[in-house]
Amino acid sequence: MDMNFTPEEIAFRDEVRGFLKDKLPEALAAKVKGGKRLLKADYELWHKRLNERGWLAWHWPVEQGGTGWTPIEKHIFEEECVAAGAPRVVPFGLNMLGPVLIKFGSDEQRAHYLPRILNGDDWWCQGYSEPGSGSDLASLKTKAVRDGDHYVVNGQKTWTTLGHFADWIFCLVRTDSDCKPQQGISFLLIDMKTPGITVRPIVTLDGEHEVNEVFFEDVRVPIGNLVGEENKGWTYAKYLLTYERTGIAGVAFAKSGLAHLKQVAAKQMKGRKPLAQDPLFASRVAQVEIDLMAMETFNLRTVSAAQHGGVPGVESSMLKIKGTEIRQEITDLLRRALGPYAAPFVPEGLDEGYNEPPIGPDYANPVASQYFNMRKVSIYGGSNEIQKNIVAKMMLGL
Amino acid sequence: MDFNLSDDRRMLKESLSRFLQDRYGFETRNEIAGSEQGFSRELWTQMAELGLIGAMLPEEVGGFGGEGFDVMTVMEELGRAIVVEPVLPTAVLGAGVLADAGSNSQKALLEKVISGELLLAFAHGEPQSRYSLSDITCQAEKTDDNWVLDGQKAVVLNGDTADKIIVSARTSGTDDEEDGLTLFLIDADARGVSRRGYATVDGGRAAEITLEDVAVGVDAVIGEPGKAFPVIEEAIGRGILAVCAEALGAMDVAKDMTLEFLQTRKQFGVPLGKFQVLQHRMVEMCLEIEQARSATILAAGRMKEDRATRETALSAAKNLVGRSARLVAEESIQMHGGIGMTWEYALPHFAKRLTMIDHLFGDADHHLERFAALSQAS
Repeated sequence: MDMNFTPEEIAFRDEVRGFLKDKLPEALAAKVKGGKRLLKADYELWHKRLNERGWLAWHWPVEQGGTGWTPIEKHIFEEECVAAGAPRVVPFGLNMLGPVLIKFGSDEQRAHYLPRILNGDDWWCQGYSEPGSGSDLASLKTKAVRDGDHYVVNGQKTWTTLGHFADWIFCLVRTDSDCKPQQGISFLLIDMKTPGITVRPIVTLDGEHEVNEVFFEDVRVPIGNLVGEENKGWTYAKYLLTYERTGIAGVAFAKSGLAHLKQVAAKQMKGRKPLAQDPLFASRVAQVEIDLMAMETFNLRTVSAAQHGGVPGVESSMLKIKGTEIRQEITDLLRRALGPYAAPFVPEGLDEGYNEPPIGPDYANPVASQYFNMRKVSIYGGSNEIQKNIVAKMMLGL
Repeated sequence: MDFNLSDDRRMLKESLSRFLQDRYGFETRNEIAGSEQGFSRELWTQMAELGLIGAMLPEEVGGFGGEGFDVMTVMEELGRAIVVEPVLPTAVLGAGVLADAGSNSQKALLEKVISGELLLAFAHGEPQSRYSLSDITCQAEKTDDNWVLDGQKAVVLNGDTADKIIVSARTSGTDDEEDGLTLFLIDADARGVSRRGYATVDGGRAAEITLEDVAVGVDAVIGEPGKAFPVIEEAIGRGILAVCAEALGAMDVAKDMTLEFLQTRKQFGVPLGKFQVLQHRMVEMCLEIEQARSATILAAGRMKEDRATRETALSAAKNLVGRSARLVAEESIQMHGGIGMTWEYALPHFAKRLTMIDHLFGDADHHLERFAALSQAS
């Protein structure tokens, strides 16, 4: 039993901290921490800074331009980035498509797409979910039919995160309907500028535009854009989902959320005393802090097992469930901490350059919206109920 | 970073596990628990020979461990068999206090504790103190060459069979002050000590102890007079870690029994485990057990840190174990249905121990409040 980082790992952490201090603009960190709206250029700037340092592709092998980091180094890096208020790295090209191309793509595809992902030339989005296929992803209906040296794609994808910024989309499409649903799916790369593609915003309950619907009408895609073999897409999709799920515990996000909650509770007043001193509220905060402490150790146990060669299995599902519950609880307490000032809805106040004085405390504006936005985390990436099914089957044999 | 057990601890765990599997089946356990003495002297001696007591004490006093992870390793295995022998009062609390603060002659007694010959009890809590560690009214007054003790001690684990008893008493200060507490090592059969022993609902034994003009020499004092609070807090801290680990073992068994029941028991023509509502409840149990395990590991790893760091982790672990143990106890009975309500089946005895662990050293609410106070102070 040794719960400490090695001297090398501590040196790495210090190096990351130094980098963040030098290269993460203070104004950008303030935007992230203040819950302000980020521009496409903000994501692109941070992507570029990380690429310049060679710290962008954590999940790629060194020979493809990856970092070659150990699981613990990845953990440290993520933790430090979140603590410093760095924007998240848009994961679709880097953490999702990249590993799939590296494992299943052709040499040509790797040579063409991977450097462009690193350079930020292509913004990728993910074409998985459909209106009729949420948790039951394999039931997807978007069709690709061979026509000479093209596929003709018809159908609709939905919940496409930041699709309105994207140059390319990787899609699961149905290429065979006369078999088990999982066996007739292929993995296609589609240029968003191809005629027949329409992107429509979906405004979510917090009033924000982050996700989209993407419509395909007789969209012609060269057969060279097929990844791997036809009808093997489900295998690739599942491989990709294992990458989507790492880090989904969101320990670092929860920790920074909890720190923010404590700051707010120290400023909000109840009965002329800080809310943080109210026994009932303090015990609610203490409860989630205890759960988070335990989950952080749970997460480290999983990371450390991976470091020693273990393959995380159901632990990812368990961490996803617990991690999302904790993050939701923290945003719920933040919302409640504000009292009546949770109510004002001033979305323009989240934009850069908004100069009006805040309504209520300056930290109040994004809180209720973030609470509503955070309902998504127990739904996406395989809903928490799906994760429980996975654990029941894989670990318990039920 | 490495969460694997060291080779020594793994070997200890394996030999303990084999011993309990061979010699401490559930029926034996229930027979022992129902006996007059409440434990088996013979098995106790064998456990001592296996090194179970020595593992929980440091080398300076003749043990070969004494770190948080040693306590955790031993207690988790004991929890898997819901062992009723007085390991907690003797090896963890009593021997821990002597190893921590005892005089040389008091420490010399530990040889007999490690070999299983001497049984101890830690008589600290009182009828009014609930889970407070400083609410002590038992008085000790200094005469010319003696101390004279008067007071009452509540629910003293192993109180009726211990050979020697460590008693806390107030030698100065008011009733709930941390300052002014002193520990004494007294013979259980000393004049003026009366003990009313009784069984506890989870299979062990305890006693109400009354001290009436109990005169002891100055050599009975453990550590510095009036300054015992930190010793008491650290002893209770080891006790918290020990019962958290014990609960992990007991929760694992309760979970495994429930899982096997769901896989084999058929209703409506299918195993119960086919019902999704039960699957999800099983998963929630497993998840909370992992959380409890994580919190206990964290606490074990922080036993040598500064007070705030250590006590925060201990209160976190005790709170989480309190909540998860209740969940596992209640859910495993519910998922078993009627059979889970019977005395002759093992599961409910695990559930009872899991529930009563919450009543030792502060329950989930107590430690939630304490955690909040500790984190506000830091």
